[in-house]
Amino acid sequence: MSWTRKLLRVNLTDGVIREEPLNMEWADQYIGQRGLATRYFVEETDPTCDPLGPDNKLIFATGPLTGTMASTGGRYSVITKGPLTGAIACSNSGGFIGAELKSAGWDMVICEGRSPNPVMLHIVDDKAELLPADDLWGKSVWDTDKLIHQKLNDPQIRIAAVGRSAEAGCLYAAVINDLHRAAGRSGVGTVMASKNLKAMAVRGTQGVSNIRDPKQFMHVTAEQKKVLADNAVTGQGLPAMGTQVLMNVINEIGALPTNNMREVQFKDANKISAEAMAEPRESDGKPNLTTNAACFGCTIACGRISTIDQGHFTVENKPEYWGNSGGLEYEAAWALGADTGVGDLDALTYANFVCNEDGFDPISFGATVAAAMELFEEGAISTEQTDGMELRFGSAEALAWCAEKVATGEGFGADLGLGSKRLCEKYGRPELSMTVKGQEFPAYDPRGVQGMGLTYATSNRGACHLRSYTVASEVLGIPEKTDPLSVDGKAGLVKAFQDATAAVDSTGLCVFTTFAWTLDNIAPQVDAACEGGWTAEKLLEAGERIWNLERDYNMRAGLTGADDNLPKRLLNDVAKTGPAEGKVAGLDEMLPEYYQLRGWTTDGQLTEETRSKFGLPA
Amino acid sequence: MNITFKLFASLATYLPDHAKDNAVEIEIDSETTPNQLIERYHLPEREVHLVLKNGVFLQPSDRDVPLKHLDVLAIWPPVAGG
Repeated sequence: MSWTRKLLRVNLTDGVIREEPLNMEWADQYIGQRGLATRYFVEETDPTCDPLGPDNKLIFATGPLTGTMASTGGRYSVITKGPLTGAIACSNSGGFIGAELKSAGWDMVICEGRSPNPVMLHIVDDKAELLPADDLWGKSVWDTDKLIHQKLNDPQIRIAAVGRSAEAGCLYAAVINDLHRAAGRSGVGTVMASKNLKAMAVRGTQGVSNIRDPKQFMHVTAEQKKVLADNAVTGQGLPAMGTQVLMNVINEIGALPTNNMREVQFKDANKISAEAMAEPRESDGKPNLTTNAACFGCTIACGRISTIDQGHFTVENKPEYWGNSGGLEYEAAWALGADTGVGDLDALTYANFVCNEDGFDPISFGATVAAAMELFEEGAISTEQTDGMELRFGSAEALAWCAEKVATGEGFGADLGLGSKRLCEKYGRPELSMTVKGQEFPAYDPRGVQGMGLTYATSNRGACHLRSYTVASEVLGIPEKTDPLSVDGKAGLVKAFQDATAAVDSTGLCVFTTFAWTLDNIAPQVDAACEGGWTAEKLLEAGERIWNLERDYNMRAGLTGADDNLPKRLLNDVAKTGPAEGKVAGLDEMLPEYYQLRGWTTDGQLTEETRSKFGLPA
Repeated sequence: MNITFKLFASLATYLPDHAKDNAVEIEIDSETTPNQLIERYHLPEREVHLVLKNGVFLQPSDRDVPLKHLDVLAIWPPVAGG
């Protein structure tokens, strides 16, 4: 086993912290992290609870391979009911704190209730305590991180925290760990702040010593690291170019959502791409990209570390933004750039820094700004609401201004913090919100990548690319090339990706390994580490069980098959340019087959047969 | 006839110096195919992965079909993101 077999339960209402044994029967069915924490969450919370009320719970969960020597084994997830969506939320992050938590001896931390005053959770191996955090409340993530390091006098302590945006109620606030890694989506940070939990600081010194077959584990993880190193994508492409290499690819295929998804190609895509990040600036001769970076145990190292031109208007006379920090990933660059029509790389990098500094999701933020720009251009909002700022597509000034407003929740920042759906509803134009289940789209237009339309519509946490990344097959040819403009076979493709990804997310490994690995590469690593006879088939079955459990929770929370939908713009308005010109998202052609493959009713409900097949809780 | 030739990521170094935004306009004859351009620009075979003509993926078997006036040919090495 490489589960520690124990969890920490923190009751924030009464301040009582206790240790509990991990339910190993559930671990055998749901692996760990996303799956296992969802099983606990479903057992313990009322699905109709208020996401921001004390009855919601917040779980920090590692997987059995988190903290081990398996490549990318540094992941953890935050599981809760999302305030943006009202659905199950599970946001996955890298960095180092996941491995630290495991090394402290904990598979997961379940936070419940609500503290009467701001607190932080301090964990050092077996000892855990709640410390007052009144002095941290009102501080950014970056300041909080600095103050905790000073206060605890431990440079090696790992910290996850929420920023001012979460305190102000921004519905897409993130939990930021290690300064610029994020459990980013669905508002998990908002839930943390609603519990008056400002931060979790962890120091683990015990390592992960309880591997089932250490010799075999060393052998198989070394073997699989070689597979990653020898693969052109994970060995060369991702470390060199990062995820941002996709900007030009997706623009070229005509699936780059632009100006709140009115267009599918962005004229300035090249200016905000990986290629542009590597280009030396005229002003100081340095490129935006300083170096790549890796999370704990990762041999891919796709992370971006960047600087902003010190003379750029966003950081003029602000030396605190002149240093190196977490740079643009593709999703952030798309949302902050193409979707808002802003082709200014430094402005995007600044907005990204602010998202990290005060903890909010750049995808939902950028997409909400895009919706606000369309509302402004359509006359639904005016400078009266925006303190005089002209929210026009392409305005770098407007983007930077919006980021600063959401960071604190001041003025129009409170409206922007509602997310695209509620913002558009508030100003009487709900059709301008590009969301599913209340969550903003990521960076692929389903008119040009048909499988992603079904992916978004059926994602258990609202619109999301990470729940089934069919782009890998439809665009990049991994594991095999399919036609992005065709709906044929996409129902099966989406289901296969959803189930496999749920399994990978639950192991503690990073989904980016799957550009080189399949479950056949992952299963031997899990099996060498864990009891239970783990094969690719068992992992896939667990993945499908997890998917159904999440779906079941959402149905109990009040969602229905009608929520498996896309905005009318994508269903009715054809793509205007590129290979997808004349096409809409063919959701209706895929959804019935998808339900059938899932074993659900024609209106998307789980059947008793499916529930029984996977042994889901009654 | 003229086409636009684009090379991205690690292939960008194979473009001539006057290329802008990873693209160059080139004049070709009516018989020129993508595979011939790949050879002419000395692109390493194993780095030629994603080949798009006017944004549409060209299977390896389709890369011997001559290009047309104003076509856009774009090529990447194996890449991925998320």
